[in-house]
Amino acid sequence: MATGRAFLISAVSLSLAACSGRQSSLDPQGPYAQQIANLFWAFLAVCALIWLAVCVVLSIAVIRRRAARPQPLELAPARERMMGQLVLSLGGGTGVIVIAFALISYVAQRNLWAEPNSGMTLRVVGHQWWWEVLYDDPQPARNFITANEIHIPVNTLVRVRLETRDVIHSFWVPSLAGKMDQISGHINEQLLLAARPGIYRGQCAEFCGQEHAKMAFSVVASSPEEFDAWRDGQIRAAAPPEGPERRRGRHVFESHSCLVCHTIRGTIAGGKFGPDLTHLASRRSIAAGTAPLTAGHLGGWIADPQHLKPGTQMPPGDLGGADLSALVAYLMGLQ
Amino acid sequence: MTDAAVATSAGRLRDTALGQQELAARLDRLWGTPRGILGWLTTVDHKVIGRRYIATAFFFLCIGGLSAIAMRLQLAKPESRLIDADLYNQLFTMHGSNMMFLFAVPVMEAFAVYFVPLMVGTRNIAFPRLNAFSYWVYLSGGIFLWTSFFLGEGPDVGWFAYAPLTEQQYSPTHRPDVWAQMITFTEVSALAVSVEIIVTVFKQRAPGMTLDRIPVFVWSMLVTSFLVFFAMPAIMLASTSLILDRLVGTQFFVSGTGGDVLLWQHLFWFFGHPEVYIIFLPGTGMVSMIVAAFARRPIVGYLPVVLSLIATGFLSFGLWVHHMFATGLPQMGASFFTASSMLIAVPSGIQIFCWLATLWDGKPVIRTPLLFVLGFVVIFVIGGMTGVMVASVPLDTQVHDTYFVVAHFHYVLIGGAVFPLIGAVYYWFPKICGRMMDERLGRWNFWLAFVGFNLAFFPMHILGLQGMPRRVYTYQPEMGWGGLNLTATVGALILFASFVLLLWNAVRSTRHGVAAPDNPWDAGTLEWATSSPPPPYNFARIPVVTHREPLWAERDELPVAHGLSVERREVLVSTITEARPEIRQASPEPSIWPLLTAIVVGIFFLGSIFTPWAVVWGTPPIAVALVGWFWPKGSREDET
Repeated sequence: MATGRAFLISAVSLSLAACSGRQSSLDPQGPYAQQIANLFWAFLAVCALIWLAVCVVLSIAVIRRRAARPQPLELAPARERMMGQLVLSLGGGTGVIVIAFALISYVAQRNLWAEPNSGMTLRVVGHQWWWEVLYDDPQPARNFITANEIHIPVNTLVRVRLETRDVIHSFWVPSLAGKMDQISGHINEQLLLAARPGIYRGQCAEFCGQEHAKMAFSVVASSPEEFDAWRDGQIRAAAPPEGPERRRGRHVFESHSCLVCHTIRGTIAGGKFGPDLTHLASRRSIAAGTAPLTAGHLGGWIADPQHLKPGTQMPPGDLGGADLSALVAYLMGLQ
Repeated sequence: MTDAAVATSAGRLRDTALGQQELAARLDRLWGTPRGILGWLTTVDHKVIGRRYIATAFFFLCIGGLSAIAMRLQLAKPESRLIDADLYNQLFTMHGSNMMFLFAVPVMEAFAVYFVPLMVGTRNIAFPRLNAFSYWVYLSGGIFLWTSFFLGEGPDVGWFAYAPLTEQQYSPTHRPDVWAQMITFTEVSALAVSVEIIVTVFKQRAPGMTLDRIPVFVWSMLVTSFLVFFAMPAIMLASTSLILDRLVGTQFFVSGTGGDVLLWQHLFWFFGHPEVYIIFLPGTGMVSMIVAAFARRPIVGYLPVVLSLIATGFLSFGLWVHHMFATGLPQMGASFFTASSMLIAVPSGIQIFCWLATLWDGKPVIRTPLLFVLGFVVIFVIGGMTGVMVASVPLDTQVHDTYFVVAHFHYVLIGGAVFPLIGAVYYWFPKICGRMMDERLGRWNFWLAFVGFNLAFFPMHILGLQGMPRRVYTYQPEMGWGGLNLTATVGALILFASFVLLLWNAVRSTRHGVAAPDNPWDAGTLEWATSSPPPPYNFARIPVVTHREPLWAERDELPVAHGLSVERREVLVSTITEARPEIRQASPEPSIWPLLTAIVVGIFFLGSIFTPWAVVWGTPPIAVALVGWFWPKGSREDET
């Protein structure tokens, strides 16, 4: 049995070898995802053996040679009784296996949901269709808000408190942990723990309307020192723009509708409807993981958001070419 | 003679007095469906309505399948621009709603409407006019849903329609109303059929068909009907509350104003999980019938199989929370639902062991119906195993709402219900149409379906584990999901081709198939005791049942009961447990009122999407139609 299981696991692992990606539950990068993956392989091994046994019995039943019954009702009572008992004992065996499954599942569940007494807390708020990330601190001056990119220190337990501003979303970083829904009127929590530095992609898992498919985010796990440096950078307000192009860009931002929805700390823009852009240029992607952050993508996104993400609530920029490139230059400078 | 004299003499002439030929001629006149368009619209013959139901359900399968193909083509490569987000969201909502409410449940009920009266040896289903009504309501619901789609108002909130996405604030169009009202149509029709089946099975069984001689398919439909009976009111409550939220501003599912978003999920899944068994249990009933017929022996463990059906029925109401493991419910409570969900493997396992034992002990004759059953076992066991996986809370938090779950429930529903259903089509086609289906095409059909299905759905397990969520209209190339998605699309096309082949085989065989004898497979149950296709009255004389497989026990001729009238439509009513004859009951004549009632009910439902006043102005016509329907006939209904 042990060799059979080993064979099975290696056979399946081979077929899944291409799986290790940046958003895969089979490529665990922390103890929570690791435990669930272990549980999966254990279930899979037992289930696959049972399935094989059923297929073997079925094949033999169909192909083995024997004489036909002259009449369908010519049955031997003793044999019928024996088969009845066999069926019932196999049913009992099934019961034992599922009870064992339920128990190991429960043990894993207890470990995964054990109440942590250390670590850091942050809040993630789902919006149609992007993620607001709030780092709260005992000192209010050190609070800050960012979007679509969550930074965490490695080997530190992170409690993510999950909320939503509109419909139900579901927060999911497969390489680090399972998913948890964000439901209005309920506050849920998901624990994250990254064992290795890296960038782990996450995506909304609950259908949340038109652009559900384009509501991704990333979790950047880095060393505690790097994390602290990043946090200090994020706490600071945006630096004043340098050069005439960027100064013009800031003027464009402040004199158009941008500031109704977006905040750039250190300017007059304080809108709360869309993502905080104070350190936009420090992020890797735009429009909730839809495109990498480059001047080209950013310009295209501002000029015609519906092209990149049809249905998005961001209105078209309606800017002249010079204004647009000034705005992009300004935003690309928001490190 | 005056009318009164006719009334009192009605039912005097019994079948006892007549010879075989004259009896058949008189019964034919008495039970036949009148010719012409009026006869077509007024018929109450369960076989005519059953055929309609089956054909309509397969039509919806076809367009539901086309919607799936459209989605698969869009997903075949990353960032495809074939279908936009808006249309895609409508497509997956239409696909799910259509397959659950317009295909899977109705098609199983359709087979029951056709075969349960034949299998229990009676002349018509109980409440035949309700049966006609249920079909018209179902048809209107289906037309309503697809018309809305083609008008660009197809629902786009998922077949589960989670609040608050469905609320006015997030869905200001009429799309969620269309979804919710389609539910109302199909609920009414499903509830009506379940009542008919329960009463037919309990009260109209042929003399001698004690509870332990009821064919397994009939048992499965009885249990299913009770599931419909208890599960459907939950969704009716939910969808009606949703309509009220949207129409008159109640706040059932709005958090912050006294309502609760999660309440929707509880109500929906309290229905939604039994729904799976409403589809799957009839499939297992079909499997039991086909296995016994082709293994050429009675099923091993009739009692365990029947008890498993009943146990599954009970358990199915205790599992709904496993659809909600990611909603943050208390962990201890959630783990109870892990245990109850896994427990369902026991009755399902017992059924599978019984079929294996039957095949092992018999000498299986490999024909197309059995091939589909063998395919069913191979596929369904995988679906059951992944079912055990998703029942585990920790595992579910990873695979929930991913393609793993899409793979899982297609293995369960296509493997567990559609494969047996196609087997059942091949098995019972000769009885319905009087001709055999082509065996060579049947084998092609099976192998295409088997290969296509696995190619389409197995890769989805891996996609889900690799992190691909459900209900996404596109994905980025760097996710690395392209290859498996392309494979799945190819598989889906092959699977679709197998259904085209099935259609072709069925259409061709109705004209050119070999004429079918009464009992082409030499099976043991009563539906094979009458001609193929059966006469309007099903049996010239009601059979008397002496064994679980009457046709195997009585090789020469079935004993029959005498005494039913040949001057008015009568069915024999018997006792619940022992099926001892109790009374002769009048069975309704054809009537136009069920159709008229269905039309005014449909207008009522449709209007109430747009204005609450439809409820006011829609009610009087329904009242009038019901008065017409139930107008006293002036004849005695029952005689002992």
